[in-house]
Amino acid sequence: MVYHSSLSLSDLFSSRKRKDETADAGAAGPVYPTKALAKFLSSLNARSQRLLLDLGPVVGTNVTFFGEELGCKIHVEDLFKDLERHVTEDKLDAFPSFLARRFAQEDGTVDGILCWDIFDYLDKASAQALARELVRILRPDAVLFALFNVVEAATKAPPGYTRYVVADRQNLQYRSYHSARGKQRPLSPRDIQRLFEPLRITEQFLLKNNLREVLFRKPSAETTTDEGKPAGHRAAD
Amino acid sequence: MWKRDEAVKPTGPASPATPATPTQQTTQASAPAQPEPRRHQMMERDIVNIGKSVVIKGELNGSEDLTIEGHVEGKIELRDHVLTIGPNGKIKAQVFAKAVIVLGEVNGNVTATEKVDIRDGGSVDGDIISPRVAIAEGAHFRGSVDMQRKGGQPSQGKGDSAQVQQRSSGSTVGSQPIAAH
Repeated sequence: MVYHSSLSLSDLFSSRKRKDETADAGAAGPVYPTKALAKFLSSLNARSQRLLLDLGPVVGTNVTFFGEELGCKIHVEDLFKDLERHVTEDKLDAFPSFLARRFAQEDGTVDGILCWDIFDYLDKASAQALARELVRILRPDAVLFALFNVVEAATKAPPGYTRYVVADRQNLQYRSYHSARGKQRPLSPRDIQRLFEPLRITEQFLLKNNLREVLFRKPSAETTTDEGKPAGHRAAD
Repeated sequence: MWKRDEAVKPTGPASPATPATPTQQTTQASAPAQPEPRRHQMMERDIVNIGKSVVIKGELNGSEDLTIEGHVEGKIELRDHVLTIGPNGKIKAQVFAKAVIVLGEVNGNVTATEKVDIRDGGSVDGDIISPRVAIAEGAHFRGSVDMQRKGGQPSQGKGDSAQVQQRSSGSTVGSQPIAAH
């Protein structure tokens, strides 16, 4: 038996009970290229006093990366954790109303939102409620980055969320972790566009790993009359 | 028999920045010929450690590095020093320090002039203001991070040109893993 003289039993138990099950457990994962992230960063770099909202789980590497790249204020609002709680408590019907009051931010105060692939896991009502809130809190000319699955998830695959860790401006590491809910039916490009109206799609890339990266921009006050019109698809597909 | 000396115990498996360390080294270097018991006494005096059973409610100010293993509610100010919340520490307070290392639980806003470091098993519920923030894998954090830059322009993307080049070629990049992080 190995005994460490500097640790007592209470130390061991106290640190064990505090372990956050959804905390980033580390581990390796495949690294895939991203094309929209650099555009997202460039859009944010042009602003001062930026506020970034991250809807994914807390990833220390990302916080450091965005903090150092942008020097901005970052709010981490882990919606995957919220969704997981609603699924496991069998309260998924209440999720749209939960999302409608989830964000405390004032209207038009956020400069950038990292949605990652949260919309892949939402039903229609929840997706609409979330999109409505995100559009509300985005500042005019602000940007939103999201990933969408383009193929139906394999039914035999175990459900899981993905933690996207920024390796650098061109690469994301995908780290899967267990979830109670799998990906839902993929949204078509038209569905995506409608969902986020009046945001405009400024960039979209179809990657070979069957993910669509989309960069949305909220029209500035002068151009709001041109609502919903996509400004040039620069899709790589 | 299980009770160990709390004043000299390490605060975690990965705590090289434990505030007590430099003090210990200085003490040892300046008095290499000290007899063991006396050296031990000096170390105890230099390391300020609020033990597990201590509960403080109110304002805590200090001008030396501090490790908290107990409970503190209110406000902690160590403007020019390092505050370490040990694995058993539970803080419900506004924290101001030069650097803050969290291995325990903090509920409240944390402001550091140099760095906030949330280690594996550490937990922060509150907003962080610091030029450098490190959140370890296995740490819990809920709130916002404000990393004010010390002046200068935002960093420009080193890889922007490569990104544009890739797009102009009209091809997508491969879906195969290119590297293990």
